[in-house]
Amino acid sequence: MSEPLLSVEDLRVSFRTDDGVVHAVDGISYQVQEGKTLGIVGESGSGKTVSSLTTLGLTRTRGSQIEGRIMFGGEDLVAMPDDQLRKIRGNGIAMIFQDPLSALHPFYTVGWQLVEAMRSHRSISRSAGRKRAVELLHLVGIPDPERRVNQHPHEFSGGMRQRAMIAMALANEPKLLIADEPTTALDVTVQAQILALLEDLQKRLGMAIIIITHDLGVVAEIADDIAVMYAGRIVERGTAHEIFKQPQHPYTWGLLKSIPRLDSPRDEELVPISGRPPSLINRPSGCHFHPRCPYVQESHRQIDPRLEPVAPGQAHSVACLLEPPVRERIWSGLREGRDLEALQRIAATSNGRGVPRESGTAAPAAAASTPPGAGASEGTS
Amino acid sequence: MTTYIIRRVLWGVVLIILVSALTFLFFNVFPSADPAILRAGRNSSPQTIAFIRHELGLDKPVYTQFYVYMKNIILHFDFGYSYYSGAPVLSLIKDRLPATLSLTAGAAILWLVAGITIGIISAIKRGTLLDRSAMGIALVFVSMPVFWFGIVLLFLFSKDIGRFHIFPGAASYVGLTDSPVHWFTSLILPWVVLAGTSAAIYSRLLRGSLIEAMGEDYIRTARAKGLRERRVIFRHGVRSAITPVVTIFGLDVGTLLGGAVITETVFDIPGIGRLNYDAIITSDFPIVQGTVLLAALFIIVANIIVDISYAYLDPRVRYS
Repeated sequence: MSEPLLSVEDLRVSFRTDDGVVHAVDGISYQVQEGKTLGIVGESGSGKTVSSLTTLGLTRTRGSQIEGRIMFGGEDLVAMPDDQLRKIRGNGIAMIFQDPLSALHPFYTVGWQLVEAMRSHRSISRSAGRKRAVELLHLVGIPDPERRVNQHPHEFSGGMRQRAMIAMALANEPKLLIADEPTTALDVTVQAQILALLEDLQKRLGMAIIIITHDLGVVAEIADDIAVMYAGRIVERGTAHEIFKQPQHPYTWGLLKSIPRLDSPRDEELVPISGRPPSLINRPSGCHFHPRCPYVQESHRQIDPRLEPVAPGQAHSVACLLEPPVRERIWSGLREGRDLEALQRIAATSNGRGVPRESGTAAPAAAASTPPGAGASEGTS
Repeated sequence: MTTYIIRRVLWGVVLIILVSALTFLFFNVFPSADPAILRAGRNSSPQTIAFIRHELGLDKPVYTQFYVYMKNIILHFDFGYSYYSGAPVLSLIKDRLPATLSLTAGAAILWLVAGITIGIISAIKRGTLLDRSAMGIALVFVSMPVFWFGIVLLFLFSKDIGRFHIFPGAASYVGLTDSPVHWFTSLILPWVVLAGTSAAIYSRLLRGSLIEAMGEDYIRTARAKGLRERRVIFRHGVRSAITPVVTIFGLDVGTLLGGAVITETVFDIPGIGRLNYDAIITSDFPIVQGTVLLAALFIIVANIIVDISYAYLDPRVRYS
């Protein structure tokens, strides 16, 4: 397979705060192929937004520490100086955000903001920029773009604003579009329109998309590959088909079982994931998910699982200490609607050894000693 | 928008009439020296005092006095005459206005430039030694009484009583048309005194609102677009953060145009504030009334201008 467009290798991002060091992203690796869509799924605080902001260097603040590599176009974005990285922002890689009302400047017209995006990367006259802004608004399906281009964001509806944001992101024909919860702030009907628009634009412009969401339903629509994040790590990664058909991680099961589905029996109960996301300052010992995992075994409290292929040579990977046959039985039991106690009895048959992480803890020294090949072997190949 | 402005102006007129009525009431209800006795001087006979009282119209009931006063203003643009010099109030104000305008304009430029510069630097360098010391100094300036600061500067830098003979001292004001150089040098100390507190307030205000603005989502968008940090700060951050500054700037200038009483008194500048102060001391009611009206006018006009400019600064604001 050809060189991936974006390759994130063992990325670690931590922030020093008054309460302690927040390990927002803890050694994640993923790749995005040209023209493909990667969905990153997880709860708030799982590190999914931080990892993508880091791609654009937007987490480079005082008190932040960034390690690992983010390869894009043969260059490492982590090591790149600010003014060089600035030329990639909004140009090679563009980003759209959750709430389009607060993400657009309230005092400037939509057209002005679009032209500004163009003029920050290419020399184009204001009038030509304006013409292109109208074209872009037309491209993203905003009716009457000639008039709309002169309006302010507050004169747009929520869906139209997100379309305008997308138009702005497309201004410099990026190779990669990062969409951070692009539909979360929108009405359900509008959500579907925006997703359809993104899919359509991807087909027409051939760009790759990273879509970040807490909602598996969103990525089910458009993602080729899915990475499930929990507590700053990727706990499961595979193609969309694999994630939905043979999910391996108890957290992924939780996400899947907490979505209402039309094709499931009416009396089937939705199962929320109990507990709260862990503190990223004092993370749980062993498997970070163990305090919330219904299938936890004693050894899981000590052993930190590594992201491993589900079967040798497979791209589908999971970081879980339960053995593959046990996971398979639990998942089929879950689909049959068997009660929790029965499933927990299945889990208890696991010897619970699994595969521990080589580095064990997230200490930076240990991370540095991990050979770069380890990250690559985990990647989709 | 037009109807909004017309309505605001009409309300302004009503407000000015109310202000004059209140001034009239205060002057008559609260104890003040009898202008007729003051005017007549010591050892004058009751007849003289009665005559003067009649001449000045003080023997008439308050409401009649007010009616006559308002009628003269509206019909003849006549604001009355000083009880003492007999000079028309309007021409007295006209004589004093240039000094107040000079004082206000220079100080306003000074505090705006200083306040905005310090505010932006402090916000961008938030938490650094530079920010902390700037905000510490600002706190000192905010807390310092204006009269005290003025006297300190005079004792330090004025040519007559100062420790270092650098700037002209009190009572050295010269009109701009008489001698631009002297006009400028004589106003340096008063400008600094008048601007000091405001610069401190503005820098703290702008720092706060800029820090807030820089945390907004649209700043992240601006950075994600690949804009230069300078542009992100000025075109996106400062552009939003400046609106509250514009509001208090308009109101401050409006207030000061009505006379900077303390500064004008400390530096003995013949401005509106000084005129007002002297008139209060001597119970020269027509002048008090005239200066109060002028001050009210400036404040009301400044308010209207601020509100209108808001609609241009923030496109979300629409008046109807």
